[in-house]
Amino acid sequence: MDLFYPIQMFVNWLVYSIFNLQQGSILGGAINFFVYDSIKIFILLAVIIFGVSYIRTYLAPERVKKLLSKRFEILGNMTASTIGIFTPFCSCSAVPLFIGFVESGVPLGVTFSYLIAAPLINEVAAALLWGLFGWKIALLYIASGWIISVIAGFILGKMHLEKYVEDYVYKIKVKNNMKLDKKTQKQRAKDAYQEVKSIIKKVFPYVLIGIAIGAFIHGYAPENLLTNIAGKGNWFAVPIAVLIGVPLYSNAAGVIPIVSSLIEKGLPLGTALAFMMAVVALSLPEMIILRKVLKPRLLAIYIAIVTLGIIFTGYLFNWIL
Amino acid sequence: MKIKILGSGCPNCKVLEANTKKALVELKIKADVEKVTDIAKIMEYGVMSTPALVIDEKIVSSGRVLSSDEIKKLLR
Repeated sequence: MDLFYPIQMFVNWLVYSIFNLQQGSILGGAINFFVYDSIKIFILLAVIIFGVSYIRTYLAPERVKKLLSKRFEILGNMTASTIGIFTPFCSCSAVPLFIGFVESGVPLGVTFSYLIAAPLINEVAAALLWGLFGWKIALLYIASGWIISVIAGFILGKMHLEKYVEDYVYKIKVKNNMKLDKKTQKQRAKDAYQEVKSIIKKVFPYVLIGIAIGAFIHGYAPENLLTNIAGKGNWFAVPIAVLIGVPLYSNAAGVIPIVSSLIEKGLPLGTALAFMMAVVALSLPEMIILRKVLKPRLLAIYIAIVTLGIIFTGYLFNWIL
Repeated sequence: MKIKILGSGCPNCKVLEANTKKALVELKIKADVEKVTDIAKIMEYGVMSTPALVIDEKIVSSGRVLSSDEIKKLLR
């Protein structure tokens, strides 16, 4: 049974009986779509952010550092990517995080797995995908993001690029006077609740605008709008979608609802998924900050590997789905 | 009392600084508020997620933007 059926019932009643809109009309359909999607997505956002933030209270960077410094090769990449699923990536923390990892002996490739997974697999995107495409697609997104970060980190590790890390990074001495405070279950729940509040406050205008544009496209755009220009037959669609997605970071929350309605108009799912991953994984402000610790060559290799991984995923899903 | 705000100058650090100053004014406490943006100095504290708040050389919070009410509790 559809978990959200009661919400649909309520929205139908609200739109058709209270707002008195014609059932089957374009306007009624678009408004119904808007209200239903908004309610559903905010419920999912609240639940998922709470869950992820709760788990995150166990994953302070200082503890992650210790966990990862003992692991090497592919197992380290896997652990790092898994932890990356639950941690957000604030670009302002990238530099201290990177230095802290490298300094405590976390291998460079493992550090990169974490740096890729943290922004690529993001709980807001997962909640939106679940709400708009169903849990299978959300899971697919998480799984492919995980695989990209494991493989990209592994390759970067094998390339022995340590000399392309800015030299001062190795000179910094980190004092270990950071004490991890023990938290009670109640405190963890309280922290998670605070996260839910602050993230929803931050993303809700983007989500609403995104859903509104999506509802408009859903109601008014012609059925096969994108089939010809961006359909599976066009091999350039995936890389172009990725290139458009890279500079769009701050609007990830707004982009996904729009993309979801473009899928109805003929945009293949793999292309759409690649686009969304490019939006969340690579962003200009993050690159500028990472430049402080990475020499241009390493930064370029990092961007290239992640971009190629995302493009590959796009083709793969276009092919299997 | 000496208060330091560790952070590389991102928007979150500025919010934390503003909240700290607000808390100080409301509690009528006089303190030096210093912003530490040099990454080497930040790392000396062992902090890996910014912004972080340091009161009298003790790290009281990291990776979170505290509200002025939360800061007030720490200052008392």
